Amino acid sequence: MLRKEIQSRLNNYFLIVGVLGITILSFWSLDLQLSRLFSMKSFQLMAKFFNELLSPNLSSIFLSKILVASIETIAMSAVGTLFAAVLGILLALPASKTNPNDPAILRSPARLLLNALRSIPELVWAALLLISVGLGPFAGTLALGLHTTGVLGRLFAESIENTNTHSSESLRFIGVSELRIFIYATLPTVLPQLISYTLYRWENNIRAAAILGVVGGGGLGQMLAFHMGLFQMEEASTILISMIGLVVMVDSLSYWLRKSIER
Amino acid sequence: MNLDLRKIVAKPPSNQRETSFRLKDISLDIQSGEHLAIIGPSGSGKTTLLQVIAAALKPISGELDLDGTNPWGLSVSQLQGLRSKLFYAPQIPPLPPRQRVVTTLSSSRLTGMTLAKSLLNLIYPQHTRDAMSALDLFDLKEKIWKRVDHLSGGERQRVGLARVLMSSAKLWLVDEPLSALDPKRSKQAISTLITEANERGATLIVTLHQVEVATGKFPRVIGLKDGSLEFDLTAELVTKDILHELYADHEDELNSFTTSQVIIDENLEVPKTSNICRPQ
Amino acid sequence: MSSMIAPQLRDPAWFARIRFGLLGIILLIPALVATEFKPWLIFEEQNLKITLKFLGDFFPPSLDPSFLKMIAMEAWKTIAIATVGIFLALILAIPMTLISTRVLSISSLSGKMNLLPFALRQTIRLILIFMRSIPELIWALVFVRVVGLGPAAGVLAIALTYAGMLGKIYGEILESGNTDSSESLLRNGAGRLQTFFYAVLPQNLSELTSYTVYRWECAIRSSAVLGFVGAGGLGQQMDNSMRMFNGSEVATILIIFMILVALSDSFSDLLRKQIA
Repeated sequence: MLRKEIQSRLNNYFLIVGVLGITILSFWSLDLQLSRLFSMKSFQLMAKFFNELLSPNLSSIFLSKILVASIETIAMSAVGTLFAAVLGILLALPASKTNPNDPAILRSPARLLLNALRSIPELVWAALLLISVGLGPFAGTLALGLHTTGVLGRLFAESIENTNTHSSESLRFIGVSELRIFIYATLPTVLPQLISYTLYRWENNIRAAAILGVVGGGGLGQMLAFHMGLFQMEEASTILISMIGLVVMVDSLSYWLRKSIER
Repeated sequence: MNLDLRKIVAKPPSNQRETSFRLKDISLDIQSGEHLAIIGPSGSGKTTLLQVIAAALKPISGELDLDGTNPWGLSVSQLQGLRSKLFYAPQIPPLPPRQRVVTTLSSSRLTGMTLAKSLLNLIYPQHTRDAMSALDLFDLKEKIWKRVDHLSGGERQRVGLARVLMSSAKLWLVDEPLSALDPKRSKQAISTLITEANERGATLIVTLHQVEVATGKFPRVIGLKDGSLEFDLTAELVTKDILHELYADHEDELNSFTTSQVIIDENLEVPKTSNICRPQ
Repeated sequence: MSSMIAPQLRDPAWFARIRFGLLGIILLIPALVATEFKPWLIFEEQNLKITLKFLGDFFPPSLDPSFLKMIAMEAWKTIAIATVGIFLALILAIPMTLISTRVLSISSLSGKMNLLPFALRQTIRLILIFMRSIPELIWALVFVRVVGLGPAAGVLAIALTYAGMLGKIYGEILESGNTDSSESLLRNGAGRLQTFFYAVLPQNLSELTSYTVYRWECAIRSSAVLGFVGAGGLGQQMDNSMRMFNGSEVATILIIFMILVALSDSFSDLLRKQIA
C-alpha cells in the first residue's frame, strides 16, 4: 500500500514537472514579443478600436442588412443541426451494438467515420467545402452539418448502447426484427436524450455559424470579416452585438425546449 | 404448440444472481392447449425455466423441442420466426416509459405488420379498437391514450397482460402476472387470461407465487425447488403437505400468499366476453 | 365497469401532431431557402470536376521532407499556442473565480449576501460572460489588427475566451462541491484566501484540474482553426495550401491535424485518469 502511494506521488510530481516543462517550452518557441503587445502604439490602437466599438452604426439601411444576415446565420445553424441529427441517427444505428448477440460488423467503420467527421473543425470543413459549392451559406450549413454529425452520431450511439434494454429485449423474444425493435422500443426510450443533445449542440452551432462566414460562409460572419478588413469598427460593433443577441436567443430557446421535454 | 423438454440444465443470465445456481435435469412434456402453473419459493428457478421454454435463454445441456423443432439449431431469422409464434411476458412489464398505452399494445403485433404499416401505426394508431377491447378486460379502457409512465405499477402490469391478448401467438408464457395487483384485480386478470387462452386454444404457462390461484385455476401444477423439478401433478393431487415440503425453508412466503389474499369465488363475477378481432 | 366518460376512438394527439408538423414545415422551408440549401449543386458538372480533382490530389498526401519538417514545426507551434493561451487564461480566470464565487462569501454566511459584494460578484460574472460570448475567432480577428499576424493574436484570443469559460465552470464546480469545510473555516474567522487554500482548493482540485486539461485539449483544436485568420500554426498553413489548390499538402495537414487531435485526446484522458 505504501509503495503504491509513493508511486502515485512520484507520478504526480512527474506530471507537474512535465506540464511546467511544456509550458516553458511553449513560451520559448513562440517568440511572442509580448513587449510589443504592451507598447504605447498597441494600447493606442486598442483604445481607438474600443472607442469605435462603443459607437455602433445603427442606421436603418445597415440594420436591415444585419437582419438579413442574422436570419441567414440562424437558418444555417438550425438546418445544419437538423441535418446532423438525422444523419447522426442513421450512422448511430450501425455504430452501436444493440445486444450481446449483435454481430455489429459495421460498428468499427461507422465509428471511424464519425470520428473523422468530428475531428475536422467546422471552419476547416467550410474552407474545404467552399471549393465544391462556392461561397455562401450553403458551404457553412454543410460544414456545420458534417462536423455536428460526427459529434451527435457518437453521442447517439453511446446513448443507444447504454440505455435500458428490457423493452427491446422483450420484443426480440417475441420475434420482432431489429429495425422494428429500434423504432418501437429503443428510440422511444432514448429520444428525450437525443433531442437534448441536439438542442444543446444547436447552442454551439449558432456560435459556429456566426463565425463561419469569416471564411466565406455567409451570414453575420461574412459581414464581419468584410467590415473588419476595412477597419470599420462601428459596423463591426453592430455585427458583434447582433451575434451576442442571436447567441442569447438560441441559448434561451434551447434551454426552454429542453426543459419542456423533461415534463 | 407442443413442448418437449428433456433433461434441461440451464443457468440464469450472468447479470442476475450468483452464477452457481442451475436448473437441473428438468424434463417436461406439454401438449398444445394445456394450462399449467409453475410454483415454488423465490430463487427456485421459475423465471429461468420460463425463459428456457420461451427460447430466450439457451440451456447448457439437454434438449428442447418447440413443435418438433430445436430452436437453438435454427438460424437467426428462423429463430425469430419461431419466436413470433409465442409470447413471453416478463414480470416487469417491458413498456418504454414515454410510449402511449395504445402504441405499446400494438407492438405485440409487429411481426404481423409490414414496415410501412408499423411506421404508419406510429403516426396514427391502427389497432385502437382491439386495444380498447383488450384494455377493457382489465378495466383500463380509459388509459388507452395515456403514457406508460403516467400509470401506477398495478396498471402497468395489467397493460403488460393486455399485450398478451393483442398478439396472435398460441403459446403464452407469463411470469408472475399478479405480483402488483390487489385481490379483486388479480381475480379479474387471471380469469381473463385463462378464458382468452381457452377461446383461442393457446397453451398457457404461468409462474405464480399465489399457490391457491395455481391449484384453484390451473389443471396442472409444477413445483420447483432449488432448480429441480419437485413435482408435476394435476391440481387435485397437490396437497397441503406437498406444498409445505416445497416451501420448506421459505414458510413465510407460503403464508403471506395463501391466506385471504386471493379468494377464488366463482359466483361473484363473470369475466366479460372479449370481442377482440382475432389477428390472422 | 367502464368509466362514466367513454374514451374516444380518435387519437387525441392527432390534431396536435398535425399542428406541430405544419409548424415544422412553415419554419423549415424558409430556412432552407435562406441557407441556399441546394444539394444538387455539388453534383453540377463544373463543381463536380473541381471537387473530384481536389479530392484526387489528396492521394497521395505530400510526403516532401522539407514540407513535413515545416508542418511538424507548425504542429508543435499549435500546441504551444494552446498551452500559452491556457496559461494566460488561468492567470485571468483564477482571481476572477475567487472574487465571484459564493463559496468564499462572508456576508452570505448569515443569510442573504450584502449588496456591495453581490454587485461586485455579478459584475465579474458579466465580464466572464462577455469574454466567452465572443467567439475566439473574432477576438483573433481583432488582435491580428492590433499585434499583427502571427501566434500572438492566437494566444491572446484563446486566453480571453478560455478565461471566460474556465471562470464559469470553475465557479460551478466550486459551488456544487461540498461547502461544509469552507463554511466552517469562514465562520471561525479564517481569511478568504486561507479558506481557499485549506478547504476549497483541496476539495475540488481533481475536478478543476480535469476540466482544465479538457479545455487545453479544446484549445489545441481552436488554435489550429485560428490560423485561418492569420494566427499562426497549422491553420495558417492549411489556408496557404488551400489558396494554392494544393490538394496533397492539404491532405497531409489534415492527417497531421487528426493525429494531433487524437494524441492530445489520449494524453488528456491519461492525465485525467491520473488525477482522479
